[in-house]
Amino acid sequence: MIELDDIDRALIRALAEDAGRPAGELGRSVGLSQPAAWRRIRRLFASGALSGRRLELDAEKLGFGVTVFLGVKLATKGRMSMEDFERVLGAIPEVQRVEHVLGLYDYRLRVVARDLADFERVLRRRIMALPGIGSIEANVMLSEERRPGPI
Amino acid sequence: MPLDDTDRRLLRLLQEDPARGIPDLADHARITARQAGRRLERLRETGVIRGTRAVIDWRALGWEVTVSLRVTLDKTRPDAFDALIAAARAVPEVTEIQTFLGKVDVRLNVIARDMKDYQRIYRDHILTLPHIADIEALVHVATVKAEEWLPI
Repeated sequence: MIELDDIDRALIRALAEDAGRPAGELGRSVGLSQPAAWRRIRRLFASGALSGRRLELDAEKLGFGVTVFLGVKLATKGRMSMEDFERVLGAIPEVQRVEHVLGLYDYRLRVVARDLADFERVLRRRIMALPGIGSIEANVMLSEERRPGPI
Repeated sequence: MPLDDTDRRLLRLLQEDPARGIPDLADHARITARQAGRRLERLRETGVIRGTRAVIDWRALGWEVTVSLRVTLDKTRPDAFDALIAAARAVPEVTEIQTFLGKVDVRLNVIARDMKDYQRIYRDHILTLPHIADIEALVHVATVKAEEWLPI
């Protein structure tokens, strides 16, 4: 487990909000010089506390009006190996996220599409066409909020 | 705002690696650095690019457990959505809140240090949230794909 002090935590909070701010500005907000802040930030990425950067795009402005969360249950018969299943699912461009879970479903998927008709195409032709799919539950996302988390 | 193939290529490159510099982006998109800079500025001004966020690896920081809670609300209460969301925002371990059209009304992504910590959060902070009719939990085992890129 990576040990952090209060300055690290403040920097993580600031970077998770906006990773585009210059090191000098971030440093000033936590009482560090520009080079000291830069070194800390580099260490947070190098140690793996921060796994990378994510570009935030306006999906709607790019023509992706629909996001759907899917719960997928595998059938007991005729399934492909889980590795193959995951590889094929992950290769579908509209499938943004695949998580293996325990509970009512085996997989949790996040799928993006231009509209509901486009989603139906992805669901029927790409996802439901996979051998071994048992049942699927779809919930259309209406709103989303990412929270800073316990740091 | 109409986007052309070069805009889309720039967005694809940036999506794959948001730390890429303008000269590198320009090189890959086969335009000059000045043109690339201008295009990126326009994409930011029009709100297509909202910004860049660092991704926290909660597991590396000691939060080993992730649970996806699928909440069904008591819809006889007209304020059920607003009241639940406001209360969920006050729980620090809730990292995502989504609302849906479908069988599930709200999804809460909850992280915890271990199962004992999760039990505490669930009992003291989740079950006490207002207007919940039913909760189902999906416990995260492994992430297969997580980039959340748009197929631009």
